Amino acid sequence: MSSAADLVERAQSVTRDGTDAFSRAASLDDLSDAERRFLGRSSALNEIREAIKSVDGSDRAAIGRALSQARAELEAAHAARLEVLDADASAVSATRDRLDLTLGPREYVRGHLHPVTRIWRELEDVFVGLGYKVAEGPEVELDWYNFEALNFPPGHPARAMQDTLYVRLGEPETVLLRTHTSPVQVRTMESQRPPIYVIAPGRAFRRDTLDARHSPVFHQIEGLAVDEGITLGDLLGTIEAFIHALFGSDIEARFLPSFFPFTEPSVEFAMSCVFCRGAGCAVCSRTGWVELGGAGMVDPSVFAAVGIDPEVYTGFAFGFGIDRVVQLLYGVDHIKILWDGDVRFARQF
Amino acid sequence: MRAPLSWIREFTALDDVAVADIADALNQLGLEVEAVDAPGRDVNGVVVARIIDVVPHPDADRIRLADVDFGSGQRRVVCGAPNIEPGMIVPFAPVGAVLPGDFTIERRKIRGVVSEGMLCSARELGLGDDHDGILELPADAALGTDVREVLGLDDVVFDLSITPNRPDAMGVVGVARELAAHFGRPFVVEEHEPAPIVDEVAGARVVVEARDRCPRFVAVAARITMGESPRWMQRRLTLAGMRPISNVVDVTNYVMLERCRPLHAFDLDRLAGRGIVVRLARDGEKLTTLDGIERPLTGADLLICDAERTPQGLAGIMGGAAGEVSPATTQILLESAYFEPTGIAHTSKRLGLRSEASARFERGVDPNNAGSGAARAMELFALVAAAEPATGAVDVYPEHIGPARITVRTERVNRLLGTALSGDDIASYLTPLGIEMQGGEATVPTFRPDLEREIDVVEEVARRVGLDHIARTVPSSPDKIGGLSPRQRDLRTVADVLVGAGYDEVYTLPLLAPGDLSNTGVQTSAVIEVENPLRAEESILRPALLPGLLRAVAYNAARGEPDVSLFESGTAFGVPRDGEPLPAERRSLAFARAHRARRAPHEPDRPVDVYDATAALSAVAQELRIADLGLEAASVDGFHPTRAARVLVDGRPIGVVGEVAAVVVDALSLVAPVVACELDIDALLTGARREMRARPVSRFPASAVDLAFVVDDTIPAAAIQTTLVDAGGELLEHVALFDVFRSEALGSGKVSLAFTLRFRALDRTLTDDEVSALRNKCIDAIVSAHGAELRS
Repeated sequence: MSSAADLVERAQSVTRDGTDAFSRAASLDDLSDAERRFLGRSSALNEIREAIKSVDGSDRAAIGRALSQARAELEAAHAARLEVLDADASAVSATRDRLDLTLGPREYVRGHLHPVTRIWRELEDVFVGLGYKVAEGPEVELDWYNFEALNFPPGHPARAMQDTLYVRLGEPETVLLRTHTSPVQVRTMESQRPPIYVIAPGRAFRRDTLDARHSPVFHQIEGLAVDEGITLGDLLGTIEAFIHALFGSDIEARFLPSFFPFTEPSVEFAMSCVFCRGAGCAVCSRTGWVELGGAGMVDPSVFAAVGIDPEVYTGFAFGFGIDRVVQLLYGVDHIKILWDGDVRFARQF
Repeated sequence: MRAPLSWIREFTALDDVAVADIADALNQLGLEVEAVDAPGRDVNGVVVARIIDVVPHPDADRIRLADVDFGSGQRRVVCGAPNIEPGMIVPFAPVGAVLPGDFTIERRKIRGVVSEGMLCSARELGLGDDHDGILELPADAALGTDVREVLGLDDVVFDLSITPNRPDAMGVVGVARELAAHFGRPFVVEEHEPAPIVDEVAGARVVVEARDRCPRFVAVAARITMGESPRWMQRRLTLAGMRPISNVVDVTNYVMLERCRPLHAFDLDRLAGRGIVVRLARDGEKLTTLDGIERPLTGADLLICDAERTPQGLAGIMGGAAGEVSPATTQILLESAYFEPTGIAHTSKRLGLRSEASARFERGVDPNNAGSGAARAMELFALVAAAEPATGAVDVYPEHIGPARITVRTERVNRLLGTALSGDDIASYLTPLGIEMQGGEATVPTFRPDLEREIDVVEEVARRVGLDHIARTVPSSPDKIGGLSPRQRDLRTVADVLVGAGYDEVYTLPLLAPGDLSNTGVQTSAVIEVENPLRAEESILRPALLPGLLRAVAYNAARGEPDVSLFESGTAFGVPRDGEPLPAERRSLAFARAHRARRAPHEPDRPVDVYDATAALSAVAQELRIADLGLEAASVDGFHPTRAARVLVDGRPIGVVGEVAAVVVDALSLVAPVVACELDIDALLTGARREMRARPVSRFPASAVDLAFVVDDTIPAAAIQTTLVDAGGELLEHVALFDVFRSEALGSGKVSLAFTLRFRALDRTLTDDEVSALRNKCIDAIVSAHGAELRS
């Protein structure tokens, strides 16, 4: 038969022992054992709770309070120790599971667009922003579209400016690899009525051998605007807008009179050198200007060839080399490398 | 066209205008300046001197000592030239003078004798190749004068690129006219009065048979004394890029360069019958031109013949060797003609023979300066060849070519240029160019044959206003809506997907050699050939992209990069479709992957296989939402016999995918394995697409069922999957192959394919009985359709 004081004393003693055991538990397993012993179903505290029945009713409350306090203290001690041991265990497994992230990544290689494709798209996007659609035409053309309809009559000295590759089809020298993208102008005007606002990026060909500075295939972009009230001023302003969009608004556009059979007045356009800003360097041959292309007002004879009334409509056309822009913007000084498919080059873009 | 500034200044006063400003003006006028040459720029401090005495070198045979007087002093120089003698006037480079090549003269000891400078040859002064002796200067040159003045090296030459429409600018006078207009200076050219017209000159007659090809022929004649032309004339010709030949030839070239008036001088005594016949050649006729080359002729070539019809020159292009003037010539007949331009262009192009004359005739010279040009030449012949002209000029000019009259509407000019000019403004811009405006009509001089239409005159106005003075605007139409077409956007998508899948885009030449095709197993019949290729390597148009692309794979392998993934999107060319004049152009997509797929460094690499290629293909198809992409095992040339498939869209073949055949690997020196695919992109893009429409997703749980079947390994897994999809019906949410297994126990030629199926309904949880029924339905379908066994 235990006295109430004994029981209270025992509860306090169990609390001391349990707190001590928890704090000395060296591992989660130790702590688990100690928890079973001091907080489990057959723990000393439960024995004391059973023993309450044999104590006078007046003393039971004091013992109950002592038991509650003991349990609270033991649970707090257990939780504190558990936190410490959990943290230790995490640290151990973290060390064990360590991965070196600087080990090369699993293959997830991105490819690269060809530099010409990049500029091609940029040019399309600039002109789309200016309200143009993108027209296309065949790379093998009829003499009519490449020359005649563009006001290059047979034997005209301007034809000598072009070095044409002909294709073995039809009558001799009637089917050719287009020497410029300008035939797309004619095809567009044949198939659409004004207003027409199109660009035509594409491939053109010339009788050249592939080397550092020449290629039998090159890329051009053609522009055509036909509407009521289009002026030479519109042409100059449009080219200036594109130069600003692509190269920066501090780059100047320069225009000089020129001659093309399918435009009149005709101009050549250049921009101030993107490298030396006009001071003169190797890229611009010390002139401060980089020649880009040719342009002009659509010649009435071209309108006549496609059945557009030049008294109602006026228009302008322009063209320039995409490869040239690629060379300028990316510093490519060798044309052949655009065609080699060398991944050491491709992966730079 | 090379135009010396001193020559330009004879016709307009530009003395106070800086060279850079003149060059700038020429550019703005459309006479593009390719270079501004200043031949004397590299010569500094060389002066005129007279040789006082020449004495032998004490220690050498071939070199001598010369004492020279340069006005303000005397020096002794060592000289190896054979032509020096006392009294000769020579260029003397004293110590400190600079010669081309940045060569500074220093005091030097030559074989023990000090040389206080150097006497110069023409080459040493940068005046051509003559290095035979010291250059002899004119006897009247003042001692001590800078040789640049004496030799005209202080001149500046504008090297102009003249567009094909501007014959007038192929003469110094024309260039001067443009500059005078630009700078608002007077422009003065002496117009020489043509000689009175006679029937025969010095007994010579002219018969023009081919009148449409030779609308005008003027002939004058003179007794002359052959010799060299004076130094000033030689200097100008040299600066203009022509070689001095003799006084007679030099005068003809001089007038051509000055007035764009080509002339030809014949030795009158060597013209049989003392006359000229202008006629077309006969097919097969031959003429040896004065460059010594025998030219085969056709009926389209125009000839200048003697009175006995023997060819003496190729009209407007080059004279014949036979009638050429020579040192023995005493009497000349001078031709000053107008030939129809396209005829000259055709003959010149066909023979590959271009001359200064043909470059002018094919642009169109002025028919109306033939008489005055001949008179100008006579004036010069008198000056430099002691000419005694015969009386009169023969002038065959049956139909006078007058100035063009063109209506020019002020409103039209402004509407095209975006300007606000008055009629008077326009007139004042045009007058200095020789174009007279009266009552809205322009009268265009015949030296501007390029001005035929109103638009041509509008261009003249634009040039005169100056492009820098035209306000820059952009079209303001409200109807302008830009954008890419769906196809253009899809083509970008295809490239982007492949880039995302690790493929590098390359461009390969669309021109190939026939061997490129046979190497890659592509059919070599029915290709489009280039008529005039420069090289056999570029003699056909590619019928497919893979030959070029595989060559690029090999190119990289040869440079230490065998592990590549490449793609190209571009045009392939087929023979024309029925009745079409042009080849069938097809937009093609090709990609290839070679050798190894790299994994992480701590994992082994693996060889690429066909599933790498089908993965890329599937990625492209998925991004495009192609509804029905299929593969059908096929034997395709150039591919592994049992590792290739046709690509089907909506059941139609659109390309091929697979492992590249061993023979191709060998032929191209590829590093195996190589897998590749080529598709007709437009056939892909026009395939049916999955709609983009939202469908509800179920809130109820799914039931998963795994089924493994043992089947003959010749049955495509895709066929079994299709059967499962059909059998599973709407409730089959997902099906995927998750294991492929072969073993001896299964038997040879058998394979186990395990699929996971997920069933789910939109409106309820499926009962066990429902799932079980679906499972059995799927099993039955596979067993009966493919003779499969369920593997338990």
